[in-house]
Amino acid sequence: MMRSPSSLRVLSVEDLSVRFASSERVVDAVRHLSFHVDGGETVALVGESGSGKSVSALAILRLVDHGGGCIVSGSVNFRRGNGEMFDLACASQKTMRNIRGAEIAMIFQEPMTSLNPVFSVGEQIAESIRLHQGLDRAAARAEALRMLDLVRIPDARRILGVHPHQLSGGMRQRVMIAMALSCKPALLIADEPTTALDVTIQAQIVELIRALQDEMHMAVIFITHDMGLVAEVADRVVVMYRGEKVEEAEAGPIFRAPQHLYTRALLSAVPQLGSMQGKYQPAKFPLVLMDAPAPVDAAEHPNTARLDAPPILRVRDLTTRFDVMGGLFGCVTHRVHAVEGVSFDLYAGETLALVGESGCGKSTTGRSLLRLVDFQAGSVELDGRKIETLSARELRPLRRDIQFIFQDPFASLDPRLTVGFSIAEPLYVHGVAGGREARDRVASLLGQVGLPADVAARYPHEFSGGQRQRICIARALSLNPKIIIADEAVSALDVSIQAQIINLLLDFQQQLGLAFLFISHDMAVVERVSHRVAVMYLGQIVELGPRRAIFENPQHPYTRKLMAAVPVADPTRRRGRRELLADEIPSPIRAVGDEPRRAPLREIAAGHFVAEPALHG
Amino acid sequence: MLRYLIKRLLGLAPTLIIVAVLVFLCVHLLPGDPARLAAGPDAPPETVELVRKDLGLDRSIPEQFLRFISGAVRGDFGKSIRTRRLVSAEIAERFWPTFWLTFWSMAWSVTVGLAIGTVAAVWRNRWPDRIGMVFAISGISFPAFALGMVLMEIFAVQLGWLPALGAESWKHYILPSLTLGAAVAAIMARFTRSSFVEILQEDYVRTARAKGLSEPVVVIKHALRNALIPVVTMMGLQFGFLLGGSIVVEKVFNWPGMGRLLVDAVEMRDYPVIQASVLLFSLEFIVINLIVDLLYGFINPTIRYK
Repeated sequence: MMRSPSSLRVLSVEDLSVRFASSERVVDAVRHLSFHVDGGETVALVGESGSGKSVSALAILRLVDHGGGCIVSGSVNFRRGNGEMFDLACASQKTMRNIRGAEIAMIFQEPMTSLNPVFSVGEQIAESIRLHQGLDRAAARAEALRMLDLVRIPDARRILGVHPHQLSGGMRQRVMIAMALSCKPALLIADEPTTALDVTIQAQIVELIRALQDEMHMAVIFITHDMGLVAEVADRVVVMYRGEKVEEAEAGPIFRAPQHLYTRALLSAVPQLGSMQGKYQPAKFPLVLMDAPAPVDAAEHPNTARLDAPPILRVRDLTTRFDVMGGLFGCVTHRVHAVEGVSFDLYAGETLALVGESGCGKSTTGRSLLRLVDFQAGSVELDGRKIETLSARELRPLRRDIQFIFQDPFASLDPRLTVGFSIAEPLYVHGVAGGREARDRVASLLGQVGLPADVAARYPHEFSGGQRQRICIARALSLNPKIIIADEAVSALDVSIQAQIINLLLDFQQQLGLAFLFISHDMAVVERVSHRVAVMYLGQIVELGPRRAIFENPQHPYTRKLMAAVPVADPTRRRGRRELLADEIPSPIRAVGDEPRRAPLREIAAGHFVAEPALHG
Repeated sequence: MLRYLIKRLLGLAPTLIIVAVLVFLCVHLLPGDPARLAAGPDAPPETVELVRKDLGLDRSIPEQFLRFISGAVRGDFGKSIRTRRLVSAEIAERFWPTFWLTFWSMAWSVTVGLAIGTVAAVWRNRWPDRIGMVFAISGISFPAFALGMVLMEIFAVQLGWLPALGAESWKHYILPSLTLGAAVAAIMARFTRSSFVEILQEDYVRTARAKGLSEPVVVIKHALRNALIPVVTMMGLQFGFLLGGSIVVEKVFNWPGMGRLLVDAVEMRDYPVIQASVLLFSLEFIVINLIVDLLYGFINPTIRYK
């Protein structure tokens, strides 16, 4: 679906350098960046955190000025409404205000925080229209309503009057898009517009931006770290690394024959849905590393799963609900049905993935297993011991056997404790080791996760996200657990780091025979790491089976929908235009007494269970 | 919203009863005998006993408590031991000057504090910020009695523009409210600044700028309302404290306020006045808190109550 490239240049960035200077240090966030965007074209700015891609976008809009940055060299020529090229780098803030929102608009990554919580959605869109088009209140409101219709928000008239917190992330991002496009800009800068969204919602938003781009004949700069999305949307790709452009090419060649080592390293780390077809075992990423000559060996993992032995963890009809208080006397009026009758087994050496979108209950399931949240019904049997009957004191030794790795390595380490103490703390708590012995254990654990032993005396803020996640892994391993629950453990990391961490986890599984409960929303990652997969939807497992069965022969409509929404990092497999949908993930909150129907699982092949899809369409 | 209000008002009664019990007990635990104090140091024991009987202090503690509570429910707090006047009249006479003084002090100090805080946050670490914060620090550290006396010396004694003592006309309110509000303005400025600095880094402020809004609109329309939440909390607390009356300012300006009433009452072990004033203070705090909570919902719809 190539768009006819217009010869008209919309934006031409030449030799752009952006510097952030404070009294302590000077950071050159962007160095000598040049690229251009033509009318109707989509250019993807790709790179990992710290590559300078967002700063470049903010520099084009001259919003870096507000963040303490300044453009130290270069020009940003933009074709204004009158057809003349105009250098934004030396424009006055007054001129920039006329351009921002009117001729160049921007959508940001976080729809949850990018809308002002105190104004209604309609007012925030209308404000832009009043400002740039000089319409009066009533006319601007009518135009805002038209924009909400344009971004396919159902019941737009009602949405006009609601406040952002009453909307889901996907709907908020639609509002952001409506706001950005309300004055028909010539250039739209989308900074990671779908990163914070669920995969099915992400697909809707991407499709919406493409459709609107065609309708309005707009140029788009699409900033992302997700190579799958790039393959999906981009005509041309600019790859950035540490503030510099390292490669620029049409989308096809970038994926087919990447030239720069960094592009190759980046692509090697991208999990691709379908890349594991025909393989039974998980496999490491064949990583190309920037500083190592030979790629990582990615031979198929030997079979570590011991499916013949009795399961190490047996979960039956697990049900976790949270009460929602309401009314004059704070009675329970509603319940969040987070987990509804979930059953599965986990075998030693096996990775069972729990996949689903936000609110499906996958994390609550993980937390219920150790009674980090109390569950209301069902049973959890760890190594033959039922944990629901144990007292808190009896439960403690069992907690040694199950350890967690959480999503956010920034939040899950205490910033005021040295990492050595954080890793050793489980040893002290369970009275396993102390003093010298504990210190030796910390040193050896750090070595195992690929960090030098002398970092034990340092504090978390001195480490990068990837290193912190390694520290969290070391902490989880300190008690020699049998099971590790990895709750979105790689979701917050850059792809290259994510691939390294996954490789590390696979190594540990092979060496120690660990069982993983891998909780994730990322189908491509799940395909790589898991032996078996359970798909969760609204608190229930809708499909459970061996990985190959789930990925190569998905049966439940929700599994198929989830799979279809995942962007594939290969422009030749770009999907055709899809229907513009605006359906949302339903809420698991129900009135008291209104119990959800539990769909029974039916075994359609050996070990492959599917729920009767009567639950939803 | 209405439901929330009713719920909160229903919660008021138990709180007040608990306060009443505590106050009653504390007051009766105070050393010193009100009958002796009322009768005078040279009165013979028979006179003291008569006074005691007259005041109802010869009854048992539970009996006295019951009388206090049943009176309080009907709005009857008895007579002051010191002045023999109705406690309600005594308090009413002092309450309104204190209330209006508090009101005007808060009005100017919140306005000025918000302005200084906003300016300081927008020009953070530059000279408007530095100057504003110097003012704020001086406002907090300069003692109220000293400020009051300096103001009085300049405007009342030297220039003769304003009256120095009493609370008769609006002119009388100017100097005391300036004195009383200085510290509040300083606290408000610091609170506004820190809250604003945080808000200015929010994503939606960047969104507002990306729309092409001018900087004053971004700051006043999009940031200010969001920055108000912690400021309003502080405002409520300060209002409550000031309503309790300020001994220092009342002493300096010879102001007929609640602070001096309470001090005098404590000195004379004037049980009825102490009990009624303390009950009034806690009622004030509860009402202010309720107003603050309602303001939250008004300012920020994410905290609107069902």
